Amino acid sequence: MLGLGKKDTTLLLIVAALVVFAPFILNPFPGGSGMAQFNAGYPDLMQRFVIFGIFAIGFNILFGLTGYLSFGHAAFLGVGSYSAVWMFKLLSMNVLPAILLAVVFSGLFALLIGYISLRRSGIYFSILTLAFAQMCYALAYSVLTPITGGETGLQLAQDDPRILDAARDSGNLPVPGLFGLEMRSTADLVLGDWVFTFSAGYYFCAVVMLISFYMAIRIFRSPFGMMLRAIKSNQHRLNYTGLNARPYTLAAFVISGMYAGLAGGLMASMDPLAGAERMFWTASGEVVLMTILGGVGTLIGPVLGAGLIKYMENILSKINGDILHSWFAFLPDGLEDFIVTIVYPFIGKGWHLTLGLMFMAVVIFLPGGLVEAGQRIARAVRGRRSDDRKSATTEPAE
Amino acid sequence: MGILEVKDVNKRFGGLKALSDVNLSVKENTVHAIIGPNGAGKSTLLNCLVGKLIPDTGSVMFDGQSVLGRKPYQINQMGISRVFQTPEIFGDLTVMENVMIPLLAKRDGAFRLHAFESVEDETDLRHEAETMLEEVKMLDKRNMHTASMSRGDKRRLEMAMCLIQKPKLLLLDEPTAGMARADTNNTIDLLKEIREKRSITMCIIEHDMHVVFSLADRITVLAQGTPLVEDEPQKIKGHPKVKEAYLGEAA
Ligand SMILES: Nc1ncnc2c1ncn2[C@@H]1O[C@H](COP(=O)(O)OP(=O)(O)OP(=O)(O)O)[C@@H](O)[C@H]1O
Ligand SMILES: [Mg+2]
Repeated sequence: MLGLGKKDTTLLLIVAALVVFAPFILNPFPGGSGMAQFNAGYPDLMQRFVIFGIFAIGFNILFGLTGYLSFGHAAFLGVGSYSAVWMFKLLSMNVLPAILLAVVFSGLFALLIGYISLRRSGIYFSILTLAFAQMCYALAYSVLTPITGGETGLQLAQDDPRILDAARDSGNLPVPGLFGLEMRSTADLVLGDWVFTFSAGYYFCAVVMLISFYMAIRIFRSPFGMMLRAIKSNQHRLNYTGLNARPYTLAAFVISGMYAGLAGGLMASMDPLAGAERMFWTASGEVVLMTILGGVGTLIGPVLGAGLIKYMENILSKINGDILHSWFAFLPDGLEDFIVTIVYPFIGKGWHLTLGLMFMAVVIFLPGGLVEAGQRIARAVRGRRSDDRKSATTEPAE
Repeated sequence: MGILEVKDVNKRFGGLKALSDVNLSVKENTVHAIIGPNGAGKSTLLNCLVGKLIPDTGSVMFDGQSVLGRKPYQINQMGISRVFQTPEIFGDLTVMENVMIPLLAKRDGAFRLHAFESVEDETDLRHEAETMLEEVKMLDKRNMHTASMSRGDKRRLEMAMCLIQKPKLLLLDEPTAGMARADTNNTIDLLKEIREKRSITMCIIEHDMHVVFSLADRITVLAQGTPLVEDEPQKIKGHPKVKEAYLGEAA
C-alpha cells in the first residue's frame, strides 16, 4: 500500500489505529477513581505526544541513520514556532500557511547551520550544533527581541494586521483554526464513569504525524536512506565508492530540521505563543533522550520514546507526597512513612531522577531501546510457544 | 601511453622517504603487479592514486587526466575502484546492500536525493547485484549482516563491491591475504574470468607469488620507496636485484 512493503504497511496501520483511538487507549481508568490521575487522554497531553513524536521522528532521520548527533535541534523547533506565530499575526489564523512557513523557514535555517556544522563530524559536530542553538536562544532573548518578543515571548495582539482574515470586532483574541474549525474545539463522549475528549487540534496533529511517519518510512527504505546508513557504517568506504557524503548528511540535516520546524509550527498552532525557552539546550537534549530511549535508527522507537518521556513529565511529576501516603495507607504507620520516604525522590519534581535512571538502564542493558525490549519479549514468547509445539508433537510419540 | 601514468612521485612522512622518484606506467587491459618487502611503500603508492594521499611532487595521470587535487569520490567516478589492505565494507549493512551501494553510486553519481524511491523496486540493479554475488559465491549470504563474516568473506565482498562498478582500473591491495588456499584459488579464477569477459586494467599488490605469477602481465618490484626493476614475470623470477631486495630484507 502507498508504495510500502507488507511489514511497513502493517506498522503504519497499527500506528494509525493507536493514534486514532488514543483518546480511548490513554483513558483506561474511570474518572473519579484513584487511578484516574494516570489517564493521559486529555487533549493537551495527547497533542504533545504526537508533536514530540514528529520532532523525534525527524531527529532520528539524522541521528538514527547517519549517526550525526545534533545537540541543537531545539533551535529549529523554536524557529518553527516563531514563524508560525508571525504568520498568525500577519496573514491569517489558518494553521496551514503558518505550518508551511514554519517548515520552510526551519529548513532554510537548517541549511545554514548544517552547512557550517557538517564540516566536522563526531563530537565537534555535536558541539557546533549546540553552540548554534545556544546562540539562537541568547539572541532570541536579547538582540532579536523585535522579532521574538524577548522574555515575554511572541504573542498575538488585538491589532495585528492579519490581512487575509475578516475584520473582527469582538474583544477576544482570535484562535488558530483550519478553515473555521477552531483547534481548541472539543467534543466529549460520556460512557458511564468515563469521559472521552476528542479535540480538533489533536486530530489535526495526529494526521500530520501520520503523514510525517509515512514519509519517514519511505526515506528509510529509499536508496537515499541506505546511503545515510552507509555513512554511519563506514564513511571511508563510502568515499572510495564514488559517493560524496557531505550533501547526503546535509540533506538529512535539513530534512530533520524541517521535521523539527513542523513540530514547532504545530505547537504554535495549538497554543499561539512562542518563547525562547523552546530553544534551550535542555529541549535539544530531550529529543536525544526520546530517540535513544525508544530505539535509535528504528521507525517506531522515537515515537515511543517521545510518548514515554512526555507521559512521565506530565503524569509522574504530578504525584505528590499526599497521594503516596494515600496509596500506602494500608501499611502500618512506620512502614508507610518509610516506603513513602524511599519512593518520594522518584516522583513529583524528582521525576527527572527516574528518567535518568531509566535512561542509564536502557543504554547499558538495552542499547536498542524500547523497541529492542519489545523484540526480546516477542522472541521469548514465540520461543516458548514453539517449545510448546515441539513438546506437544514429541510427547505422543514417546 | 598507459592508462595510468605515474611520474616522479615523491612522498615523505616526516623524515621517512616512503616513495622516491617512482615512475610507473600501466598499459590498458593488463594486470600489473607491484611486489616488494613490507614497508616498501606499495600501499602508499596506491594511496597517492586514489586521493587518500597527495604526493609531495610528481604527477599521476589516469585516462589522460590528472587525479591530483581530486577528492576520492571524484577519482572513483573517473573509473578507479580500490580494494583495501584491511577490508573496508559497510559492517552494519547486509551483503546485498553492500553491493547495491556501489551500483547506485555508479548509476546516479556522487549525490542524488532519491528519498522517495524504494530500494526494493530497483529490480534491474538487484538482479545485477545478485549476479555479482553469485560470481563471488556469496549469494546465499545476501541477507547476512557483514560485521560477523570471516575475513576472507569480507575480502571477497569488497572485491565484488569494486568489480560491480565495472571500473576501468581496479586496484587490489593484497586481495588474498588471510584467505584459505581454496579461496585464494577461487579469487585467482574470478579475476582471470573477469579479465576475459570485459576490458579491465588491474594493479595488484601481493605477497603470494603464486597469485602474482598466475595473473600478472608485468611486475614492478618496489623496495624502500624506489622501483628496482619492471619486467615480465619470467624475467623477474631469477632477477638478482629482486633476490637481493627480498633476501636483504630477510637477513
Ligand atoms: N600515513 C602515514 N604516516 C606515516 N607513515 C606512514 C604512513 N603510511 C605509511 N607510512 C610509512 O611508510 C612506509 C611505507 O608504508 P606502506 O604501507 O606503503 O608499505 P607497504 O609496502 O604497503 O607494506 P606492507 O606490505 O606491510 O603493506 C612504512 O614505513 C610506513 O610506516
Ligand atoms: Mg601495504
